[in-house]
Parts: sequence; C-alpha cells; structure tokens
Amino acid sequence: MRELSLHILDIVQNSIAADADLIKLIIREDIAKNLLIIVIEDNGKGIESEDISRVVDPFVTSRKTREVGLGLSLFREASRRSKGDMKIESEPGKGTRITAYFEYNNIDRVPLGDIVGTIVALITTNPEIDFIYRHVYEGREFVFSTEEIKAELGDVSINEYPVLNWIEKNLNEELRDLYGGDL
Amino acid sequence: MKSLEELRELRSKVQKDLEMRSNSERPKIIIGMGTCGIAAGARKILKAVMKEIDKRGLDVIVTQTGCIGMCEKEPLLDVKMPGKDRVTYGNLTPADVKMIIVEHVINGNVVEDLAIARFDEGGN
Repeated sequence: MRELSLHILDIVQNSIAADADLIKLIIREDIAKNLLIIVIEDNGKGIESEDISRVVDPFVTSRKTREVGLGLSLFREASRRSKGDMKIESEPGKGTRITAYFEYNNIDRVPLGDIVGTIVALITTNPEIDFIYRHVYEGREFVFSTEEIKAELGDVSINEYPVLNWIEKNLNEELRDLYGGDL
Repeated sequence: MKSLEELRELRSKVQKDLEMRSNSERPKIIIGMGTCGIAAGARKILKAVMKEIDKRGLDVIVTQTGCIGMCEKEPLLDVKMPGKDRVTYGNLTPADVKMIIVEHVINGNVVEDLAIARFDEGGN
C-alpha cells in the first residue's frame, strides 16, 4: 500500500466483516515526540484470544479467519518498517482495537495520503455503519461523526451525492484548518 | 463539525429530489474492496464511479464486496442492472469507469472488451 489511508480503508474492512456498526478512527500526529499513531476501534464480534497472534500471520490464515487475511500483516509491516509496531486488543462480543505506531519522520514511513477519500469511500458503500474520525495534530484536533450528520439528515440517507460532496468539502476544510499555520 | 446549516439546506433539497425519484429497482455498482482490490486501486475506481454518477445525476446504488478470488484482475467492479445478469469488469482504469457507466448503466449494453465474468442471478 502506498498510503496509510489505504491501509486504514483495508483494516476497516475487517471491522465491517466482523459486523461492527460503530467504527472509530483516531489519527494522532505528535511531531514533538516524532510519533504518528493510528487507532481503529470497532464494536464487532471480536477475535478469540488464541487467534490474535494468528491473524497477523499471512501463512496460517485459514477459511475460518479469512475475513482477516493479509491486511493486518501488511499494516504491521508498514509500522515496523518505520521503527514502530502494531498492537491488537480484542474481546469476543465486544470489539477490536488496532493501534499502529510509526516514527513520524522515518524515511520508510509511507505518507498518510488521501484520508478524506478513505472516509468518503467508507460512508458511500456503508451508509448504515457509523464512523467517528478524530484527528489530532500538534495538540489541535477535530472530530467528525456520521451520527451527528445523520441526526441532521433525518430520513435522508447519508450517501446521497449532495451529502457526500458536502462531507468531502467539510473534511477538506477541517484538515486544512488542523494543519493551518504549519503548512 | 462546521456549517451544519448548510447540511440542513441540503437535506430539504435532497428530499425534493427523492420525491421525484421513481420506486422502480435501481441499478447497482459493486466495488471489490478486499486487501487486493484496495492495493490495486479500488478507492480510485470508486471515486471515478461517484464522480461520473454525480455528474450525470444518475440514480445508482454504489456498494462494496470483499475479495471474490479474481485478485489478478483487480481492480474489479460489478454492474447489476434491474432484471439482468450481474457483470464483472476487471483490470480497470478510471477512464474505463466512464465508458462502463455510459455504455452499460445508461445505454444498457455490456462492455464486452472489459467484462471478465457474468453471473446469472435470475433477474434478482
């Protein structure tokens, strides 16, 4: 994957396959500590503890754990390549949390890329799932929540094109403000 | 979250459009979003699909599926027209997406050069 946002799109697919209806994404950029942290948390069916070590190994993936596949091992590789690591916490019936750490300025760290494209793609194809996206940059932050948008929309679906276009525009503005002054 | 008023205005506009929409079955476009598909460019294809549908004001459902085992032909996209077979297209570029939407979704002709599989779903 050439962008971390593509890994995010991919890892969220596991949450969707695990029947989650609320998926949280946190991106934390802490330049002072030279750290980038990505957290993907869901309320899906979770992973049995004996399977947690298996899901990152591409060679033991069986039919039973097929919904996990290669994505997690690729994500872990991306973090380890940039002197970081990936952690999986899960409780059957409650959900799963994936945390990936990256050395911020590491030359082998792939860029974050089109994170807005990832969020919009997820909402377009999964209007029934709620997403919360929180982005922290140098102590500033913003939170985007589909629950909040759905409350405004009432009976209008969140994946109608005018709404998707609004979300895209809004997220781009939020990100620009978040990075504002530093770019 | 900013400009929620804008969203309220959008809501009433979309509601009016929805009233005009017919109740007949809508065409469906399904994007392959497995790890393989995403690595091969599925997000770019989805973006192209949305741009084209939005530009032409089409009433189409866009949805996703996981890996369907044709990874070497990723990125993949399926078109399911009401009452017709589901057709899978592969090795796609954003330019192909435009052709598929014009030829297949609007004109109803399968783009044979790009089609790699066809499933009989009994018109469902």
